[in-house]
Amino acid sequence: MVTTEVSLEQLERIARKLRRHIVKMLAIAGSGHPGGSLSAIDILTALFFGNVMRYDPRNPRWEDRDRFILSKGHAVPALYAVLAEAGFIPEEWLWQLRKIDTPMQGHPSVKDLPAVEASTGSLGQGLSIGLGMALAARLDGKGYRVYVMIGDGESEEGQIWEAAMAASHFRVGNLTAILDYNRYQLDGAIGEIMSIEPVVAKWQAFGWAVREIDGHDMRQILDALHWAREPREQPSIIVAHTVKGKGVSFMENNNEFHGKAPSQAELERALAELAD
Amino acid sequence: MARPLGEATREAYGKALAELGRENPDIVVLDGDLSKSTMTKYFAQEFPERFFNVGIAEANMVGIAAGLAASGKIAFASSFACFVMCKGFDQLRLAVAYSGNNVKIVGSHGGISIGEDGVSQMGHEDIGLALSLPGFVVIVPADGAQTRAAVRAAAEYVGPVYIRVGRPKAPIVYENGCPDFQIGKAITLREGNDITLIANGLMVAAALDAAEQLEQQGVSARVLDMHTVRPLDEEAVEAAARETGAIVVAEEHLLYTGLGTQVAMAVAKRHPVPMRFIGLTDYAESGAPEALMRKYGLTADHIARQALDLLQQRQGALV
Repeated sequence: MVTTEVSLEQLERIARKLRRHIVKMLAIAGSGHPGGSLSAIDILTALFFGNVMRYDPRNPRWEDRDRFILSKGHAVPALYAVLAEAGFIPEEWLWQLRKIDTPMQGHPSVKDLPAVEASTGSLGQGLSIGLGMALAARLDGKGYRVYVMIGDGESEEGQIWEAAMAASHFRVGNLTAILDYNRYQLDGAIGEIMSIEPVVAKWQAFGWAVREIDGHDMRQILDALHWAREPREQPSIIVAHTVKGKGVSFMENNNEFHGKAPSQAELERALAELAD
Repeated sequence: MARPLGEATREAYGKALAELGRENPDIVVLDGDLSKSTMTKYFAQEFPERFFNVGIAEANMVGIAAGLAASGKIAFASSFACFVMCKGFDQLRLAVAYSGNNVKIVGSHGGISIGEDGVSQMGHEDIGLALSLPGFVVIVPADGAQTRAAVRAAAEYVGPVYIRVGRPKAPIVYENGCPDFQIGKAITLREGNDITLIANGLMVAAALDAAEQLEQQGVSARVLDMHTVRPLDEEAVEAAARETGAIVVAEEHLLYTGLGTQVAMAVAKRHPVPMRFIGLTDYAESGAPEALMRKYGLTADHIARQALDLLQQRQGALV
């Protein structure tokens, strides 16, 4: 569990390191999803290392831990990177991403890694699972919070809105969703494929407390995560405006890197850009 | 010959759930706006804080159940068999089966015996969908008493379970309860040497009636209540094949993916014998339950006829 104060600079340095890990593990794996991993990593870094989530890497199933579900499971390199940094898994495992006979499945799998909270990757499912966990916390009188990161393309799934409706109906104040709004989905720009706008008004209409932030500004991310923890009788969502492929110039807003791993040459360029 | 009607299996499910709720505070129940039909209403009335009516949103219901189960609860989730299995299937696959979460799905209004409401409300393929998910135990109880035993066994078992229950009052098969119920263990309801009738759900009573008809014609039919479709009691199937040499399987379900196919795999693997399959080959229609069961061949008469036909065919083959 993180107990000491962490500076914004430290968090940004961690995020940069984890970006290096993301592009490296994808290059070694030879396939996977860089764009949505890089758009999500600043938020995951703040969650795990910014004094936000309570967890214990020696006891990943600690009953009172806060839960994080990566509903947009395609960004699993970002999740594995924070799990390694937090000490849940050895760093060497990152280089086994997507390899047979390893726990490093191509999408999150609870059966393979105890630090993973839900098997995801069939989009739309994580928020319902998180809601179930939040309800269990209430039944058991436990104080843990459940965080669920969803994607913008994922928000086209009907189940997201079923869960949105139910979470506000059940008044779960211990559930926080984070929308990684990087504006692209596999086939193209989200506004062209299937717009989710007006997304803030939608969540408000569904009864959620909503806050909009720049998902790469560490100060704004931390402020929003602290805002989410304020006691209230409704679920909260952070709409994080992000850049797909953030941090690697030739991947930023380049949807070619939605689901394509970098080549060796591209990896070297990326690592040079991401150097400390 | 008709057996006295007892409670509907859905009614027994609802009552059993409330009983379990009193014994175990970890039992939670979800429903998708059908609690008055699936009979989870009894639990809801007694334990409102542990009951979640998620509205008409089966995918979300299964996901929430998975989250509750992942947090230590024993989550029973109910809707009509067709709705929870069809609309919740992707969630059952990833969040329950693949994840190994301790979720119990109880689908009511299974089969065509719901009657007048027609095809959109009938579970034709629910058992096949459950069977297609690795790790799912699949149970189809025959009557109220067996349903109570099955629900209790499902709560004790750690892992995903699907139980199909029905709408109409069910003929009583187990007059004095079903204390011998064990997941994966067939119950021999009648000994016989010439042929074996294997059935589950409402077809168990029909198979018993068929066996009586056959007896009058000098045919000794064994009757197996195969309440658990998976794990299938392959020992009982093999013994039936070896000792009686012919098997008729009867189910209130599409034939493509149900009890018949599972029994046939076991027979083919262990001791091939001639078989017949009674069940649906297409979607049914609206109508009075009994009239539907007759029209679609889900009756004692049809089982007995198929059994005699199979025995004749076998005899012809021997000659």
